[in-house]
Amino acid sequence: MPGKLKVKIVAGRHLPVMDRASDLTDAFVEVKFGNTTFKTDVYLKSLNPQWNSEWFKFEVDDEDLQDEPLQITVLDHDTYSANDAIGKVYIDIDPLLYSEAATVISGWFPIYDTIHGIRGEINVVVKVDLFNDLNRFRQSSCGIKFFCTTSIPKCYRAVIIHGFVEELVVNEDPEYQWIDRIRTPRASNEARQRLISLMSGELQRKIGLKVLEMRGNAVVGYLQCFDLEGESGLVVRAIGTACTLDKLSSPAAFLPACNSPSKEMKEIPFNEDPNPNTHSSGPSTPLKNQTYSFSPSKSYSRQSSSSDTDLSLTPKTGMGSGSAGKEGGPFKALLRQQTQSALEQREFPFFTLTAFPPGFLVHVGGVVSARSVKLLDRIHNPDEPETRDAWWAEIRQEIKSHAKALGCHAVVGYSESTSICEEVCILSASGTAAVLNPRFLQDGTVEGCLEQRLEENLPAGCGFCHIPYDELNMPFPAHLTYCYNCRKQKVPDVLFTTIDLPMDAAVIGKGCLIQARLCRLKKKAQAEANATAISNLLPFMEYEVHTQLMNKLKLKGMNALFGLRIQISVGENMLMGLASATGVYLAALPTPGGIQIAGKTPNDGSYEQHISHMQKKINDTIAKNKELYEINPPEICEEIIGSPIPEPRQRSRLLRSQSESSDEVTELDLSHGKKDAFVLEIDDTDAMEDVHSLLTDVPPPSGFYSCNTEIMPGINNWTSEIQMFTSVRVIRLSSLNLTNQALNKNFNDLCENLLKSLYFKLRSMIPCCLCHVNFTVSLPEDELIQVTVTAVAITFDKNQALQTTKTHAEKSLQRASTDNEELLQFPLELCSDSLPSHPFPPAKEHLESASSNSGIPAAQRAVTVEKASPVGEGNFRNRSSPPCANSTVGVVKMTPLSFIPGAKITKYLGIINMFFIRETTSLREEGGVSGFLHAFIAEVFAMVRAHVAALGGNAVVSYIMKQCVFMENPNKNQAQCLINVSGDAVVFVRESELEVVSTQQPAATCQPSCTGGEVTT
Amino acid sequence: MASELDIFVGNTTLIDEDVYRLWLDGYSVSDAVALRVRSGILEQTGATAAVLQSDTMDHYRTFQMLERLLHAPPKLLHQLIFQIPPSRQALLIERYYAFDEAFVREVLGKKLSKGTKKDLDDISTKTGITLKSCRRQFDNFKRVFKVVEEMRGSLVDNIQQHFLLSDRLARDYAAIVFFANNRFETGKKKLQYLSFGDFAFCAELMIQNWTLGAVGEAPTDPDPQADDMDMDLDKEFLQDLKELKVLVADKDLLDLHKSLVCTALRGKLGVFSEMEANFKNLSRGLVNVAAKLTHNKDVRDLFVDLVEKFVEPCRSDHWPLNDVRLFLNQYSASVHSLDGFRHQALWDRYMGTLRGCLLRLCHD
Repeated sequence: MPGKLKVKIVAGRHLPVMDRASDLTDAFVEVKFGNTTFKTDVYLKSLNPQWNSEWFKFEVDDEDLQDEPLQITVLDHDTYSANDAIGKVYIDIDPLLYSEAATVISGWFPIYDTIHGIRGEINVVVKVDLFNDLNRFRQSSCGIKFFCTTSIPKCYRAVIIHGFVEELVVNEDPEYQWIDRIRTPRASNEARQRLISLMSGELQRKIGLKVLEMRGNAVVGYLQCFDLEGESGLVVRAIGTACTLDKLSSPAAFLPACNSPSKEMKEIPFNEDPNPNTHSSGPSTPLKNQTYSFSPSKSYSRQSSSSDTDLSLTPKTGMGSGSAGKEGGPFKALLRQQTQSALEQREFPFFTLTAFPPGFLVHVGGVVSARSVKLLDRIHNPDEPETRDAWWAEIRQEIKSHAKALGCHAVVGYSESTSICEEVCILSASGTAAVLNPRFLQDGTVEGCLEQRLEENLPAGCGFCHIPYDELNMPFPAHLTYCYNCRKQKVPDVLFTTIDLPMDAAVIGKGCLIQARLCRLKKKAQAEANATAISNLLPFMEYEVHTQLMNKLKLKGMNALFGLRIQISVGENMLMGLASATGVYLAALPTPGGIQIAGKTPNDGSYEQHISHMQKKINDTIAKNKELYEINPPEICEEIIGSPIPEPRQRSRLLRSQSESSDEVTELDLSHGKKDAFVLEIDDTDAMEDVHSLLTDVPPPSGFYSCNTEIMPGINNWTSEIQMFTSVRVIRLSSLNLTNQALNKNFNDLCENLLKSLYFKLRSMIPCCLCHVNFTVSLPEDELIQVTVTAVAITFDKNQALQTTKTHAEKSLQRASTDNEELLQFPLELCSDSLPSHPFPPAKEHLESASSNSGIPAAQRAVTVEKASPVGEGNFRNRSSPPCANSTVGVVKMTPLSFIPGAKITKYLGIINMFFIRETTSLREEGGVSGFLHAFIAEVFAMVRAHVAALGGNAVVSYIMKQCVFMENPNKNQAQCLINVSGDAVVFVRESELEVVSTQQPAATCQPSCTGGEVTT
Repeated sequence: MASELDIFVGNTTLIDEDVYRLWLDGYSVSDAVALRVRSGILEQTGATAAVLQSDTMDHYRTFQMLERLLHAPPKLLHQLIFQIPPSRQALLIERYYAFDEAFVREVLGKKLSKGTKKDLDDISTKTGITLKSCRRQFDNFKRVFKVVEEMRGSLVDNIQQHFLLSDRLARDYAAIVFFANNRFETGKKKLQYLSFGDFAFCAELMIQNWTLGAVGEAPTDPDPQADDMDMDLDKEFLQDLKELKVLVADKDLLDLHKSLVCTALRGKLGVFSEMEANFKNLSRGLVNVAAKLTHNKDVRDLFVDLVEKFVEPCRSDHWPLNDVRLFLNQYSASVHSLDGFRHQALWDRYMGTLRGCLLRLCHD
C-alpha cells in the first residue's frame, strides 16, 4: 500500500448555467480514483462556486497510481431528477510519482465535456505521499522518468543508453461494444477516454518495468500511439529508448570523455564479410543490444565507402513486407516462434533518439524502412496480444537485417506507425542505420571497439558521413568519393537519414523542407484481395517517393536529407504517400550534379525546343535555389577520386519503368551518382507531369525558411518569439474521372496551398523559420483527403544571420563552447531553484495575486506581485487598474522542439499525454466542420497548457499531435474528432533573466519577448 | 477540389488588426476578402486570393469565438482557451467597444430598447455603417447600460472595472449611458451641428455636478451614506432650481443683475450693445430652463432649450466665443452681489455646469 493520493477541490468559475429558471447552477464535484469516490457539498446557486473541500484521501497501490487517472466530475445538483453532468477533468498523476518532477499539481483545469467542450474551470490541488519502498517495484515502475524528447534532455547527462523498449496493450474499443447501442454518445466517449487513459498508464508502467530490468532510470524518445482498429479493437503501443540519466550537477560531468578509450583494435567480423546474409548470424547474440561489434575504427581495416543506401533499400523492403500480408497463416506460426524467445525483443539495437551526445554517432549508413500489410482480426484475448506483437517483431527484424546489410549495427531515429482503413492495416517502421560508439551503451561491452578516430573525427564534423559498409562489397551500387572535408574516407554522393542534423556537422548554406507527394488509385476490394492490391502498390509508391525526393533534392542543389519521414496512408480507393525531410548541403559530400532532360523523340523539332526550354527552366531553378539557400561550396579542384568499383549499367538514367522495382535491391538503381548529370527521360505525359510538378513547388517567400528537423542548418541566432500552430485541411475530390495525375495534382496543390497559407499567416514574424514541420495525411473517407500540419515558427535575427559566414570548423567550435557555457549556467540555475525562499508556486493563490503581467513564467509570478502592472501601455491609462486585470492566466509556451530559443530548461516536470474525444450533434450551429474542429483544437491546447501550468511549468517541449481523427456526417449534422497529444512539461528561464540572476533573486523583469509571441502587428 | 475544412490554430491566438477591423465593421467574409485584395496585400505578400480567403475565414472564426468573451471582458482575461498577450487583449476589447461617431449621434439619448434596435436598419442606411456593425455598437451600449445601471459609485469607474476599457472610452460610455438614462433629445435638426464630443463633455460636467453621486462632492471622498448614483439627476436639486425663478420674476433683481453685469463688462465686450439689449431675454431663457427641469419632458429637451434660448441668439448676433465666456463668467459671478438672492450655492451648482456646457455648445 505504498501511496496516499490527496485531492482538494477548491473552487470553480465560469460554470455554465444549468438551471434555466434561475440562470444559475447548483454545482458539486465527484472525485474518483479507482473504485473510490468522494463528493463535495453542493454549492447552491452560483456560477463561481467555492467548495474549499477537505482533503480527499485515497490509499492506493502504486500500480494503480501509475495506471489510473484521477477523475473529477462536476455535476449540477437536481432535487427532482438525475444530476446533470457539467463535465470532467482527468488528471494524470504520474508526474507526482518521481522525485525530481512536480511535487504538487495545483491550478485551474478546464472542465471538459465531450459534447459541449470546455464548460468553465475548476481549481484542484493534488498531492501524493509515496511511502518509499524501493524494493517493491515489481508491478509498478514508479520513479522511471519518461521523456518525449528524442534527445538527451537538456538538464541531464546520459550515463548509459541501454536501448530499445517497446510494449503494446490491446483492448476492445468501447465504441464497438454492444452496450454502445444503448448508451449516450457522451457515455461512450467517456468510456473511451477513460479506457485509453488507463491503457496508456498501464503501458507506461510496463515499459517502466522493462527499463528497471535493464537497470535504467528513464525512457527518452517515448512515443506512444493508438491504433483504432475498429471492430477488432484498440491497440495502444509505445516505443522508447531506455537510458540511465544523471541530473547534471557539475558542468564537467557533461563533457564526454570523447577522447577516451584506447582499447585494442579488434577485428570486426563483418568488415571481412559484408554479405548481409552472413551478417545476420553474426551479431545477433541473445544478449542485449550492446553486444554488437561496433566498428568505429573502420578507418584502419578498410577505406570506407558509401552510397545512398536508403534509396535502393526501401523499395525492396516494401516488397518484401507486402508479401507477408498475404500469407498470413504460415507466417504467424513462424512468428510465434520468434516471439517465444522473449529475449529476442531486447535484441533490437534501435534507438528512438534523433539527436545524440557528442561522439555517440560514429557513422551513418542510410535510411532503412520496412512496411507490412496486415488484415485485422478481432483480438480474442486482450491479455496476450501476440499477433500484434508478432507483427511488429517481424518488421523490426526486417529493419535490423537491412541495417546489417548496410554494415551497421544499430538503427537510430527509429519510429513506427500504422495506417488503418477498414480491416487493412499498413505497419511501417523506419530509421537510420548507423554505427554507434559503444561507450555509452554499457560498461560491460568490450568487443574491442576502439576509439582511434581522434584525429579523424574531432576537427571536421564529417565522420558520420563516412560510409560504414565495405566499399568492395556494397549492398547496392553507389558512387563513392573521398570525403570533401577530410579527404581520408569515402563518402556517398547522397545521404538520407531520419535523424536530426548532428550538431557538429559541417553544412554549407541553409536547409529547406523537401516533400514528395504521391497518390495512387486502388480498386476497392475486400480483405485478402485488398491487402494484396495494397502490397503490390507499395513498392511503386516507395520508388516514386524516392525519385521525387531525389529530384527535388537535386533541384535545390543539396546532397543530404535529414529527418526523413515517409508516410503511406491507405484509404478505400487510394494510397497516399507523403515524405518530408530537410535538405542540406553537407560539406563532406560531393556537389550534386544537375538534372538533365532527355526526350524520346529527338527528331521532332518543336519537341526538341520544348525539351530545351524545360532544361533551361530546371537549370535556372537550380541556380536560383543555390543562391536562395546560400549554397556556395568552395571550389575544389577535382581530384581523381576514383570509385571504380560499381559501375552499374543505367547509372545516370532514371527509368520510369515498372518491373524493375520489384525483386532485387540492385535493380532499383536510383543511385545516379554521377555528378554531372541526372537524366530525366521524358517518354510520356506521365513523365512530363512529373517534371512539371518538380517545378511547381514554390520556394517560401523571402524571409521564410522551413525544415522538419529541430534546428535549421545555417541559422543559429534565434530570437525568442515562437508560435506553435496546428493547421488542418480536408478536401473533397470530385469523384468524376479520378486519375492518378489529377489526384497527384490535387494533393500537391493541397500541400502547397497549405504551406502558402502558413507563410501568409505568419508573415509578421519575418524573418522566421518554420521548424519541425510535421505533415500527416489521412484518408478519412472516400474522396476525402485530410492533411494536418503542426510546426513552430521561430523568429531569428537577420543581421546576425548574415555574419555567419565563418568557416564551419569555427562554427562547430563555437557551438561546443556555447555548450559549455550552458552547462556552467545550470548549477547556478539549479541552486536558485532549490532556494526555499523561491519554490515553484503553481498554486492558485499565486496565480490570483500575480500581476497582470502574464508573460512571467510560473516560477517568477510570486516575485512580481508587487510590481506595477505594465499592461498594455497606452491602452490602459488607468486611474485605478481594473481589478480583474490582475489575475490573467500565465503564458504556457508549446513547441514541437526539444528546446526553447533564448531560454534554459531548468526542470522536467513529467510527460503530458492526453487523449480527447469531441462530438457534436449540432454541427451547423457550431460553425460547420471548420468551426467545430477549430474550437476543439483550441480547447486541446488550452487543456494541455492548464495541465502544464498546474504542474508548475511554463512550457511544453517536444509537443506532438499524434492523432487527429476527424469524422463527419453532415447529413445528420454530426461530427466527431479524436485527438491525441503528448509532450514534456518543463520549467524554463529566459537566458536574459539568467544573467540577471545573482544567485539569489530571480529577475523579476519580463522581457518583451515573454509575452508569448505577439505575432500580429 | 473544394476545401471541406480549413483551419489554423496557434498556441498564441493570431490577431490580425486589419481583419479585426473589417469584422468589427460588419463586412462579410467575401467583402472583407475583396477589401483586402484592394488594399494591395496580395502584391505585398505574393499570396493568392485563395490564401486570403482562407486566412480571412480563420480570423473571422476566431473573432466569432472571442465575441462571447468580449461581452464580458474580464472573462477574456481569465479564460484558458485563447492564449492572448495582455496588450492584444486590451486591443481586442478597446476596438470591440469602440463606436462610430455617426452611429452614436443617431442613438444618443434614445432609449436602448427593442424599438430603437428596430430602427437600426434606417440608421445603417443613413450612416453607411453596416447593419451588423450598428447592432454590435447598439448591443455594446445596451450591455454596458444594463451592467452599470443599478451600480453605485463612479459611473466611469464602474464601466472601467466591468469592461476593462481605457479611461477615454469609459468616459464616453459614461456619457452614452447617462444620456440614454435621461433620454436627452439630441436628434433635433438644430442640434445636428453638435458632435458626440460636445455632448460627452456636457454629460461629464452634469455627472460631476448634477447627479446624486455629485452630492458627496469630492469624487475622491464619496460619502458612504449618500446614494452614490451617477446615472440619475439629483431630483431634489432639480426641484430646488425653481427657486432661481426669482432672478427673472423679480423685476428689481433682474435689473440689478443686468446693471452689475453691464458695468463689469462695459468696454470689454465687442458685442456689448447686443448683450445689453438681449440681457433680459438671455437671462430669462437660462433661468427658465432651470425652473422647468422638474418635468421629465423638459429635462429631455434641455439641449434643445439651451440652443434655442442662448446659443442661437448669441450666434445671430455673432458673439465671439471669448465674449460668450466673459459674459457667462460675469453673469454667474454677479449673482453673488445680489443681496436679495438667497440661493447662491444652488445657483453655483447650476450655473457652474451650465456655463461649461454653453461654452462648449457655442460653435458652428
